[in-house]
Amino acid sequence: MVEAGPARRRTNSGPGRLLIAVYLLFAIAATSRAGLQIATKFDEAPVAYLLSALAALIYIVAAVGLARAGHTGRRVALACCSVELVGVVAVGVLSVVDRELFPDETVWSQFGSGYGYIPLVLPVLGLLWLWRTRHDHA
Amino acid sequence: MGPVTSVGTDSPVDGIVATVPIVLSLLVAVWALVAAVRHRPPDRVQVVGLAVLEVALLVLSVLALVAVGGGDRPGEPGAFFGYLVTLICLPPLAWVLARMEPTRWGSAIVCAVCLVTPVVVVRLQQTWEVLGG
Repeated sequence: MVEAGPARRRTNSGPGRLLIAVYLLFAIAATSRAGLQIATKFDEAPVAYLLSALAALIYIVAAVGLARAGHTGRRVALACCSVELVGVVAVGVLSVVDRELFPDETVWSQFGSGYGYIPLVLPVLGLLWLWRTRHDHA
Repeated sequence: MGPVTSVGTDSPVDGIVATVPIVLSLLVAVWALVAAVRHRPPDRVQVVGLAVLEVALLVLSVLALVAVGGGDRPGEPGAFFGYLVTLICLPPLAWVLARMEPTRWGSAIVCAVCLVTPVVVVRLQQTWEVLGG
C-alpha cells in the first residue's frame, strides 16, 4: 500500500514520525539521566557523564532536524545520525576494550546494551530514512 | 509481593499497582502492533487503552506520593521522581504523536511508547529499592 505516492515524502511523516518519536524518548531518557548524574555525582565519572550529556544533546537536535524536515533539517539530522553512529561504535569498542575508561554506564556503553541496543540501531535507521527520502524533499 | 527490601519498608510501587499498568501497556502495544501491521491508523481501542493506562499510572503515582508523604523514601529520590514524571507523560505523548500521524505509523508510535512504559515502571521500582549500603 502506497500512501500518497513516493513523491513529496518528507522526513517528518509516516515512518519518519515513528523515528522522531523514538528519538524523542531517547532525548528525554538521556537528558534526564545526564542531568541527574552531573547534578549529583559529577566527580565520580566526569567523562562518562559529559558523554551522556553530549549524546542527549545529539538526540534532541536529531529529533528537531527530522521534525523540521526541509533542507537544513535534513543536513542537521544527517550530521547528528553520523556523529551518533560513530559515537556509539567508538564508545562501544572502547568500553569493551578498556572498562576503566568508562567507570559508569553511558547511553553508548557496550554499544547501548543497557538500552536494548537501540542506540546502535537508531542512527542506522535514521540514515536509511534520510537516504530513502533523499529525492523527495522540497 | 516480591522480596521484602532489607530496610523493611515495603515499596509502594511494587505488586498489583505496578503489574496492572505493565500488563495494560503490553496489551495496548500488541493491539497497536497488529493495527500497524494491518495498515490501520490508531483506533478507538488504542485511545481508550492509553487513557486507562494513564489512569493506572496516576494511581501508581498517587500511592507513591502518599508513601513519600508518610515518611518512606525512595533509594534514589532524584531518579525516582524523574521516572515518575516521565511515566505520567508517556501515554499523553503517544496520543499526541498518534493524532499527528493518522496512518499505520501512528499505531506504530503507540506500540513503541507502550513498549517503553513497562521498562520505565521497572526502572521506577529499581530506583525505589536501591538503597545505599
